[in-house]
Amino acid sequence: MIAVDERAERIAHDFPILARRTSRGKRLAFLDSAASSQKPRAVLDALVNFYERDYANIHRGVYELAERATNAFEGAREKVAGFINAEPAEIVWTRNTTEAINLVSFSWGMQNLRPGDAILTSQLEHHSNLVPWQLLAAKTGAELRFIEVDEFGIHRLDDLDRKLEGVKLVAVSHVSNSLGTILPLAEIVPRAHAAGAVVLVDAAQSVPHMEVDVRALDVDFLAASGHKMCGPTGIGFLYGKRALLEAMPPFLTGGDMIKSVGYEQTTFNEIPWKFEAGTSNIADAVALGAAVDYLQEIGMGWIRDHERSLTAYALERLRELEPRGLAVYGPPAGTERGGIISFNFGDIHAHDLASLLDVEGVAVRAGHHCTMPLMEKMGWPATARASFYLYNTEEDVEQLISALHKAAQIFKLA
Amino acid sequence: MEDFYKEYILDHYRNPRNFGHLERVDASAEDLNPLCGDKIKFELEIEDGRVKDVRFSGKGCAISQASASMLTEEIKGQKLEDVARLPISKVLENIGIGISPTRMKCATLGLKVLKSAALGEIAGWPDEDVTGTTASRP
Repeated sequence: MIAVDERAERIAHDFPILARRTSRGKRLAFLDSAASSQKPRAVLDALVNFYERDYANIHRGVYELAERATNAFEGAREKVAGFINAEPAEIVWTRNTTEAINLVSFSWGMQNLRPGDAILTSQLEHHSNLVPWQLLAAKTGAELRFIEVDEFGIHRLDDLDRKLEGVKLVAVSHVSNSLGTILPLAEIVPRAHAAGAVVLVDAAQSVPHMEVDVRALDVDFLAASGHKMCGPTGIGFLYGKRALLEAMPPFLTGGDMIKSVGYEQTTFNEIPWKFEAGTSNIADAVALGAAVDYLQEIGMGWIRDHERSLTAYALERLRELEPRGLAVYGPPAGTERGGIISFNFGDIHAHDLASLLDVEGVAVRAGHHCTMPLMEKMGWPATARASFYLYNTEEDVEQLISALHKAAQIFKLA
Repeated sequence: MEDFYKEYILDHYRNPRNFGHLERVDASAEDLNPLCGDKIKFELEIEDGRVKDVRFSGKGCAISQASASMLTEEIKGQKLEDVARLPISKVLENIGIGISPTRMKCATLGLKVLKSAALGEIAGWPDEDVTGTTASRP
């Protein structure tokens, strides 16, 4: 643990923002990486260097600069593909996870769903993996079903095979953004496939934090965001199995996604470009490639181990506040979970708690975490959420615990 | 940090004034803060164009609940027109602590709901039209 923490401290030095003090002069304990991660110097440099040395529009220009830009852009696609064990042609750039899911909904969904079909999702989903399916169901006449979760936010899979009857698409998140629950994909995917369903995984909270191998998992679609994995905002990706992507109609249409255009008819480009209409977010894609390099150099195995031990440590330290009314939600101690801890403290509303922690330099998220139906089901108006990443240390946890003690004092909790 | 949450804010949060429901409701409105899911409802009993009685209900943070609670104490007996014109500065003055831009929605949620109840009554809208604003929110 000590050695692990020392490495995390060294890693924290790679992130310029973590060295900054808050306006109240406090050390920053950034515990909101589940919302968006901070960026290492290597990614910031890659972004600026690309604009300073290699920038031009891609795919069309014949001059040297355009070629360098194209190589950097497609090189980044190769890096992302390698990161999740896919082929480059199976990686479609999108703005983020949400756009990737919408692409599947509009393209694959409209083409494949009919009245009487069903879409199966779970009660844990982020709005980004729920709202597109509500709309798709309404448009196609398909039925929307839910895998239920228990009071710990753990999926109930005993009746899965019955729920899978007539299901064409299973759309589930790998790791819950509000509770940290890890979905047992290895168990679900084969059962979904046996039922004839295609599986889409919202991997926004898993790809940045653990090794994800799309071939080993045998998922059909996978969506992730660059900004949660040390990359810039505005760039994310969709993985889709080659055969599925090839059979799908385009989502957005226009320039760059075409092979030839006449006044009446158009032949579309090959995958993945068929899905990338208009000038792409070139520089951010290149910088995401640098983020992948950075993460791979550290090692996804190490990152997962580090988050696992830091989360266990935080859960243990939070226990000392239980007598004063601290309640931790999500999978019980000893169960595998991502580096995400949702909690409430006495009668302090999560928003007040986040404000009080902020005064002490501790950045946590408060609210419904874009999972309003789950909050309603659980009967929580809001929760505070601390989430960890490779740069967090035991010192961050200490700062959280001591800020919680101060909040208890101000709200006069027993 | 000690002056961040004043004693009277905690008092209004834990013992909200005029909390609950009225028997006779002449005007009401409800809204939520999509940022945090906080919800507030105001019910007004009106006589001769003035607020005769008021209740609020809902769940939320200390800032939003205390802000709504303090408003209920102030508006009894006031003309509806004056309630509809209450400025944001009024609630900020009531709260008396610095409110960051992100918490501004918490501080003003009660005021927004109260004013839409008053405006709805002045305009002669049925209550459903006013409260209906919640349904279409993301």
